[in-house]
Amino acid sequence: MQKDSRRKEGLFRKWEDIRRYWYKFSRNSLSIIGLVVVCIILFAAIFAPYISPYPKSAGKFINFYEASQPPNSAHLCGTDVFGRDVLTRVFFGYRFSLMMGIVVLALVVPVGVALGLIAGYYRGSWLDTIIMRITDIFVAVPPLILALAVCSVLTPGIFHAMMAVSLMWWPWYTRMVYGIASSLKGEFFVQAAEVGGASRGHILFKEILPNCIAPIFTKMSLDMGWVILIGASLSFVGLGVQPPTPDLGSMVADGSKYLPDQWWIAVFPAFAIMLVVLAFNLLGDGIRDMLGAKGG
Amino acid sequence: MIILTNNILTIEQLKKHFVTRQGIVKAVDGISFSVKEGETFGLVGESGSGKSTVAYTVIGMYKPTKGKVLYRGKNISQESKKRSQALKKEIRIVFQDPGTSLNPARSIRQILELPLKIHNLSRNHKDIVNKIEELLKMVQLPVDYIYKYPLMIGGGEKQMVAIARALATNPSFVLLDEPTSALDVSVQAKIINMLIQFQKKFNLSYLFITHDLSLMRNVASRVAIMYLGKICEIAPASEFFKNPLHPYTQMLLSSISVISDEEEALKPKKIISKGEIPSPVNVPPGCSFHLRCPNKMDICSREDPVMVEVSKGHTVRCHLYTNTHV
Repeated sequence: MQKDSRRKEGLFRKWEDIRRYWYKFSRNSLSIIGLVVVCIILFAAIFAPYISPYPKSAGKFINFYEASQPPNSAHLCGTDVFGRDVLTRVFFGYRFSLMMGIVVLALVVPVGVALGLIAGYYRGSWLDTIIMRITDIFVAVPPLILALAVCSVLTPGIFHAMMAVSLMWWPWYTRMVYGIASSLKGEFFVQAAEVGGASRGHILFKEILPNCIAPIFTKMSLDMGWVILIGASLSFVGLGVQPPTPDLGSMVADGSKYLPDQWWIAVFPAFAIMLVVLAFNLLGDGIRDMLGAKGG
Repeated sequence: MIILTNNILTIEQLKKHFVTRQGIVKAVDGISFSVKEGETFGLVGESGSGKSTVAYTVIGMYKPTKGKVLYRGKNISQESKKRSQALKKEIRIVFQDPGTSLNPARSIRQILELPLKIHNLSRNHKDIVNKIEELLKMVQLPVDYIYKYPLMIGGGEKQMVAIARALATNPSFVLLDEPTSALDVSVQAKIINMLIQFQKKFNLSYLFITHDLSLMRNVASRVAIMYLGKICEIAPASEFFKNPLHPYTQMLLSSISVISDEEEALKPKKIISKGEIPSPVNVPPGCSFHLRCPNKMDICSREDPVMVEVSKGHTVRCHLYTNTHV
């Protein structure tokens, strides 16, 4: 009986927390727009085979009868020179863009954050020196340039592109978390845990890490946009996703040959890139507002 | 050799020096005192006198440069990571500012369950929740605070949580590093009363660090005055207020602000305090207090006085009392 009421109380508090977070997030209407657009894009990408009007256009498909049609009721964004529906290909293109972003962040964030926590907590020791000097080396190389080099030396493709970008991206998380961790290291709550007998793991991941969550999530959302942009750039120069698989970058590249007469072939994919990057940036701002400060 | 005494904590010739760019900071420079079982030992000093450094060395945040810290006769002069978990359960600390000593990203529940988990003080999940609720009741906080975060509650309440965290492990010795100086006066009284109550109930020994001399009269059984990393005077609290010997102590006592004439009459004759505490990087030669001392003699700027016992339990470090003057 008492246990049950306690459980209810706990659930009620959780619900209260969620409402407070939502209130903070929703104070800026732009962040809601960002969230909605991100959700729509995710939905479109995941269910692309079912909701896109001409799923066949995503593969090896040629239909010269409907080639180069401007936007009309049958093809909302027109068709390209092979008669493939541009809207369908944008939906499918989002799949690779988002996958690239998600895979890169999934590889980069745990590694970068863990190294940053360790280096920050052991600031001044040899561990700090080693980790941070290696970080400096990797920061010096621009991710896009390395990805270009890797993809042109090895076979071009999304896998190599993701690896190359990941290799260059983790240091930014390490640096950010290092800054926070090394300043929190001296805080009394860390000292209190230390002299109270808490383990190193507890201090790093339960005392320091929760205080880094807000900047990490904000940066992840912003980086999602950047990684997608790099993926699109690689495809634009032909080193990313290979035809006939649709990708926003290669679609812009192909379509640019037919500008300005058949503008829709390049403009809609380009607009799609802009939309996804913008949406993730707005979402990032919202997350920052939401996690900025607890309480109140 | 272990000498059997009823001293729970003994500090012998403790020194803690920090190397900085400006030079060596002698934060604590050879102090000795002992805390008896069950008593409150007050350590009083101005900002920068090194009193917090003493607490941090005892708890293990710093390793002493020289000297010894003995807990129940056992040498514990090492950093906390080299200390046993049993010792960390016995000696606990309450920090000055509860705003920074409680992690803002962790709930009160998470904060209070940590010591219980580390020291295996509860068997299961249900037991932990019960214990946390008990702790909250003990410090007179509502039980539903278990779900709150430190930023949602007031400064005094935060300090209660910090005290509950310190007492969660059933310690014998608690370091109180200015536990009330960051709080409102009304809350201060409540916390002090609570601390006195807990001391009786759990038979605790306190090392109470503060800059508030008047507080010591009600709380401490013995008081030590620190100035620039050294102790000037140690005396039982009653003796201390009746018969202060060191000129610095007299200066501090006369600067306590009072509201009535009767209280004013209890104070030693007015000594105008002059100057500020010098930088611990350039400690003046001889007695470090001679620059501000109203009774300065020639010897003071040359020789550092040693501790002498003037009457039983009352020791003072001043040339006025060293030889013929006693």
